[in-house]
Parts: sequence; structure tokens; C-alpha cells
Amino acid sequence: MPIIDAVLGDFFWRALMGGLGVALIAGPLGCFVVWRRMAYFGDTLAHSALLGIALSFLISVPLNVGVIVTCVVLAIALVLFSRSKTLATDTLLGILAHSALAIGLVTLSFMPDIRVDLTGLLFGDLLAMSRNDLLWIYGGAVLILVLLTVLWRGLLMSTIHEELARVEGIPVERLRLVLMLMFSIVIAVAMKIVGVLLITALLIIPAATARRLAGNPEHMVVLAILFGFIAVSGGLTMSWHLDTPAGPSVVVTGFAVFLLVYGSARQVQR
Amino acid sequence: MTDTLVELHQLTVNFDDRPVVDHVDLRVQRGDIITIIGPNGAGKTTLIKAILGIQPVSDGTLTIAPRLTIGYVPQHLTLETTLPLSVRRFMLLSGRSHQECVEALTKTGVEHLINASVHRLSGGEKQRLLLARALARRPDLLVLDEPAQGVDINGQAALYELIRSLRDELNCGVIMISHDLHLVMAATDKVICLNQHICCSGYPADISHDPAFIETFGRPVAESLAVYHHHHNHSHDLHGDVVSADHDDHAECSHAHH
Repeated sequence: MPIIDAVLGDFFWRALMGGLGVALIAGPLGCFVVWRRMAYFGDTLAHSALLGIALSFLISVPLNVGVIVTCVVLAIALVLFSRSKTLATDTLLGILAHSALAIGLVTLSFMPDIRVDLTGLLFGDLLAMSRNDLLWIYGGAVLILVLLTVLWRGLLMSTIHEELARVEGIPVERLRLVLMLMFSIVIAVAMKIVGVLLITALLIIPAATARRLAGNPEHMVVLAILFGFIAVSGGLTMSWHLDTPAGPSVVVTGFAVFLLVYGSARQVQR
Repeated sequence: MTDTLVELHQLTVNFDDRPVVDHVDLRVQRGDIITIIGPNGAGKTTLIKAILGIQPVSDGTLTIAPRLTIGYVPQHLTLETTLPLSVRRFMLLSGRSHQECVEALTKTGVEHLINASVHRLSGGEKQRLLLARALARRPDLLVLDEPAQGVDINGQAALYELIRSLRDELNCGVIMISHDLHLVMAATDKVICLNQHICCSGYPADISHDPAFIETFGRPVAESLAVYHHHHNHSHDLHGDVVSADHDDHAECSHAHH
């Protein structure tokens, strides 16, 4: 169809389509990040994405695969480490987040033959969105939305009260792993748009904005997606017209909406 | 006919090789109300978590009747402020129908709060909501961890009375932890005094005379409790592990109170 070709042929529209796809899954997952206090955890996973990229170059696998695998491995390592309780979780996350980022950067510097747009990886790039990336984003989005729909009650219940959920036969540990897997996917696909340093912002800011207006969890998810759409389309438009970096522009737009909503709206007490 | 819901045999839970629950024998049958009392760190919560299947057991056996539905009322419902949740939504997350949820809320007397936010409930209302949540599942066994916490003294008595009447209505077994010794003594069928091991167990009127009980809680407490006599038409010997013993006369006990 010519119109689809026209849209996909234009890099701005590709970036916008990709960004909206990312916002579609960042909304619900961002709610879980906020509800389960996983902001720092998300940051750690996102930072490890750079390590994933470096490793992908080393062993020649597609970047997305390398990033997802690295994030999943790190997530499982984190869960196991935090169980041993030798270090406070935030200390552990602080160590791993920055070490993963640093190891990734050092590894990349050892590979002079490979030209990597580091700024693009760290802060997002409007021009970098390929048709292949779009395929990854929407494939990931479909997978995540299906998983979320099927597992919704269990995920929500284990977020509200973990022990109660376990007594009711909900496989809390397995759901935690699925949630980690979903975070890894969203990080891998959101990296191109907002960059590894700002992915957590795209998860948290729309969800936090939505909390102000939401009366129940599902309502909050829908609003978070909506605010994500606004942040992405506003930010990419800004990046296009003012030649600002894509990721920061998206985050700035999201933050502006957050301030607007918290400044004007009456808190819904639920 | 005996209808055993849960049976513990020499159940032991170790934390770092230190026994927190030490060789506990316990049998819970349909219609029982068993209250676990004991000082802080006595392993009360650990014991019920083992029964709930959320605490790995180090040694001994735990036998749960097949297809047993457990209703659990945890100590607290601390909800993240970032998570918007209404009473209705919380009840429906049990997977039961709307009607069943409303019925359960009515039984615990909080059906008027169905549209309220869980964040806005008082301590007592939250406890009643948690109880309703457990009831909606039509439990064979109700497990409550300090159900009267954060509830004022009148509310506590009402809550224990409610638990008793729910037991009669649902014909379920009840295990609860309590700190409110006076109310426990007045409202319970059988008391287990836990201090890692079961240091004594039996019926409220008898247990307050037990040397092990007096040693654990001190003589003044024991003497003040002895006032709360239950007028059983029979008596029990105290030692020899009454709880796991064979005589089985809860039916008598349950209607022997005045």
C-alpha cells in the first residue's frame, strides 16, 4: 500500500511509529515499576543494555537479542543476589548499574573497528529507527500485551500482597521472572528511541502522571499509555523541529505533562 | 467422623540452624478454633506460614487435606500509595463472582465500603476487608495472623465473635495468632502456647493454671486470666499433648460457652 510505504519511508514517521509502540508497552510496565518500587532496578537493567550491545558485537548476534539476553541474565542474577541479603538491595543495584554501564563502555572502546554512535545509544536517535526495528518493537509489543492480559490477575495480586497471592496459588516467583523478561524486551526495543540512560524515565513519568487521575489499576495503565503517547509524539516533534536529541526531548515533554497534571488536577483518592 | 484439615508431625523450621519452630505436633479439624499465643519471636508467624505453604519446612511432616481451600488473613494490608485500588476491585481479584464478593463483605459488615478506596480504610475496616477477601474463597481453613491488630477493644471482641460465628456458618477450621490474651481466653476453643516448641496447650480455663504457661507469661497474667472460666461440662487433662491426642470433643466445646 502506497500510504504505508510513504509512512515507513520517512524516518520521522518511522521514529514516531516506533515511539508510540514503545509507549504502548512502557505504560503498563511502567505502572508495575512504580507499584513495585522497581525504579532503580529498571535503571540497572537499562544500563546493562550497553554491555549487551558490546557483547553482541563481540559474538556477532543481533543487537536486540544480545540486549535481551544480557538484561535477563542480569535480572536473574539480581534476584538471586538480593536473596542472599549480604548487601542492601540499593547498594547492590548501584554497584551493578554503574559497573554494567562502565564495562559496556570499556568493552566498546576495545573494538575500534566497530563504529558505534555512542550518543545515540545513550540518549536516543530520531534517525536510527529502521523498518527492522519497527518489526522488533511491534513484535515485542504484541508479545508483552498478550502476556500482560493473560497474567494480569496474578501479576496484580502478587504486587498487592505477595504472601496472600502465594497462598491463593499464584506462582509469584515465576511471574516475577516473566515481568523481568518483559522489562528486558522493553529496554531492548526502547533503547533506539530514548537511549539507555533515559528508558526508566519513559517507564516512570507517564505512570506517575497517570496515578494522579486514576481510580483503579487498569485505569492507571490506560492513562499511562496515553501520557506516554503524548510524551513520545511531543518529544519527537520537538526533536525534529529544534534538532534536540530525541530521548531527552521525549523525557522533557513527559515531565512537562507531569507538572501540568500535578499542578492542576485534583488528586483522585483511590 | 473426623475431618482433619491439617496435620503437623514433629514439624521443625530452622533459620540458620536455629530452630524457630521446634518439633511441633498439631492437628486441626473442621470446626476447631485454635489460637496460637506466645511471646515475641516464639515462631508463631513462622508456624502458620509453614501451614500456609509459604515457609519451607526443615524437618517433620505437614499433611494437608486434598483440595483444601485456605483463606488467609495476613497481619497487614500495606498498599503502595501509587497503586489505586477500590474495595470492589480488591475483592474481585479473588477470582470470585461479584455476588460472592458482596456476600462476603456483608458477612464482615463492610459492604457499604464497596466503592471506597482501600487507601481510605481504617485499621479495623482493613481487617474486615481482608477477612471478607478470605471468606469469598469459601475456605475450609481460615488462617488469621493477629486479626485484631489496630482494632480498638470493643472492635476486638466483636471481631472474635464474628470469627466464631463464621466458623459455625462455614463449618471451617480456624487457626489464629493473637496477642490479646484476655480475649483469646474468652473466645477460643483451644489455645496453644508456643515458644519455639509447644510449651502447653489445651482449653482456656485449664491452660492458665499450667506451670509452663505461668512461666512464659508470668504469674500475674496467668492469675488474671484464670477469671475467664469457660463452663465446660467436662474436663481435660492438660499434658500428653491434648491437641494431637485422640479424644475429639470439639463439638461439645463449641456450644458449651455462655
